[in-house]
Amino acid sequence: MNSIALEVKDLVKTFALDGTTINAVDHVSFQVKSGEFVALVGPSGSGKTTMLSILAALLSPTNGQVLIDGQDMAEMNDKRRVKLRREKIGFTFQSNNLIPFLTAQENVEFMLRLNGKADKAGRVRSAEILARLGLNDRLHSLPAQLSGGQQQRVAIARALIHNPSVVLADEPTASLDTERAFQVVETFAHLIHENNRAGIIVTHDLRMCQFVDRVLQMRDGKLVQTYEAKEEIVQLAMGTLRH
Amino acid sequence: MGPNIRWTGRTKMKNIFLAFYLALKEVIRNRGRFFLVSLVIALITLLVLFIAALGEGLANGNRQYVANLDAQLIVFLEKSDYIISSSRLETNTLRSVRRVDGVADAGPIYTSSTEIVSLAEPLKVSMLAAEAGRPGMPAVIEGNYFRSSTARETVIDRNVALRSGLKVGDEITIRSTQGVEDEFFRLKVVGMVAGQSYFFQPTIFVPSATWEKVRPQSEADLNSSTAYPNILAVKVTDPSQADVVKARLLATVPNIEVTDIATTINNIPGYSAQQGTVQTQGFFTLLIGVLVIGGFFQIQILQKVPQIGVLKAIGSSNGVVGWAAVIQIIVVTAMGVAIGGGLTYLFSLGFPPTIPLVFNGSRSVIAIALLLTIGPLGGMVSIIYAVRIEPLKALRLG
Repeated sequence: MNSIALEVKDLVKTFALDGTTINAVDHVSFQVKSGEFVALVGPSGSGKTTMLSILAALLSPTNGQVLIDGQDMAEMNDKRRVKLRREKIGFTFQSNNLIPFLTAQENVEFMLRLNGKADKAGRVRSAEILARLGLNDRLHSLPAQLSGGQQQRVAIARALIHNPSVVLADEPTASLDTERAFQVVETFAHLIHENNRAGIIVTHDLRMCQFVDRVLQMRDGKLVQTYEAKEEIVQLAMGTLRH
Repeated sequence: MGPNIRWTGRTKMKNIFLAFYLALKEVIRNRGRFFLVSLVIALITLLVLFIAALGEGLANGNRQYVANLDAQLIVFLEKSDYIISSSRLETNTLRSVRRVDGVADAGPIYTSSTEIVSLAEPLKVSMLAAEAGRPGMPAVIEGNYFRSSTARETVIDRNVALRSGLKVGDEITIRSTQGVEDEFFRLKVVGMVAGQSYFFQPTIFVPSATWEKVRPQSEADLNSSTAYPNILAVKVTDPSQADVVKARLLATVPNIEVTDIATTINNIPGYSAQQGTVQTQGFFTLLIGVLVIGGFFQIQILQKVPQIGVLKAIGSSNGVVGWAAVIQIIVVTAMGVAIGGGLTYLFSLGFPPTIPLVFNGSRSVIAIALLLTIGPLGGMVSIIYAVRIEPLKALRLG
């Protein structure tokens, strides 16, 4: 049985804006197990990006707990949070994902360097994972020499190379055409399952949900719906789901 | 405690290695851009080094003879305010000074200026008189001293030889205004001394009696055949007791004032004002350098905000980001200073000896040291900015 990699307990994040308090995340709780790929969906302003920022230890919650491998982020100081991000979390962003002056392989290896694990085995592993993502002939290319889809695949390799417990992806398909977007998310899903990591993808594109195991729908900061049945998820992705 | 210290040390080392890796990779991969920044630093270096060399050259031109005197104290006429040209000592002052306890030797120095007219192009020179073998007369590096105090002979400064092509054994003609008439005197070059510029001019040395005869003088002075020295250079037996000897001189010899070499130099007319001007120019060039370099690195950091955001989001510490910025700035500055130093050297080879540029002075070393600090100093704001970048805002997640 897979262990719980990520646990969110009664999470609240409020912002003050022009004298009023906005509940960006409003008492949200859920768990993600190792080997599970979860989509966080919702309209713009629903709180999903705020949620992802908290999960990535980039933003502190107002209330509630986030536990990664049982470690409570709230109890950590800034240094330990940085360490947590480095060791336990893999992250891909919408854009500006890669270090522009490092080659594809160097970008992936950089996570190993950060964790003090850059060695020959790591070099072989980074080449393997990039080859697995169809980039074996682009190992020494700089990001500017890669297409948007190739860059996202390098970012995925970087997010997984150091065996993090949780892999987070923020709209990784936002700048890709449909075909590339499907390829990227499908590969991402395979790697999450293969490597037994907990994966969370934030997306506004419901079509991408066909590759995930569970869909969490947010609205106005609240978790309003969870889809777990494969049939439901496929219907949601196809746009044919009826409530 | 022990293991914790070791862990912290290891982490710091790891951070610095990572910072080196990032900084050098970026410089190598963007070498065109960084080379351009280095070129700007090189141009600032060129400017600063030339100003430093000019300052050193001008200072040398003004003070070289006085600075190289084999003496610790200078005796002036009382109330001359330590200004050489204002001082004219009595002839018996020299004997009185030599008798003072603690004085090893003293030599008279007579100053004037003239023009060598026997050259293809007339050359203005300082004409000094001093006694051979006494303080005030530099060591001869070629040829001999004058045979007597009345000999029509001269020992020339190497700068005169460099500018005119004169050598030992040649004869020169100098022009001297005597009253209202121009008179011409022939002098034989019998020796040469190392660089001894005085009052921005290369120098020729003549015996004291000859000096009195050939120096430019007014109608009133023409009636006198006695040479009055401007100053006396005093060599003391124990240099550490110079202040004691100075007090003794003031107490026992009438109508004099005594000071050290540094004060004498600072009171050479125009010296302090000129050096102040050059140093102000140098200071403002460095200041502008700091601002320009600071601006460059700040723009670069602003362009790299998303990149730094990614680095921090994936777990790079502030230490890694900050050190990478520092190392990069140091590397680029060092490159710029090295290029600028090389360019300065190449340019200096083409300058004629009439332009007073001296590159081997301590000023050049200080200028290089200061130039190496302007990068990190100018980049300070950008380093602080880089460390303070919040990944959330940089990645526009917040």
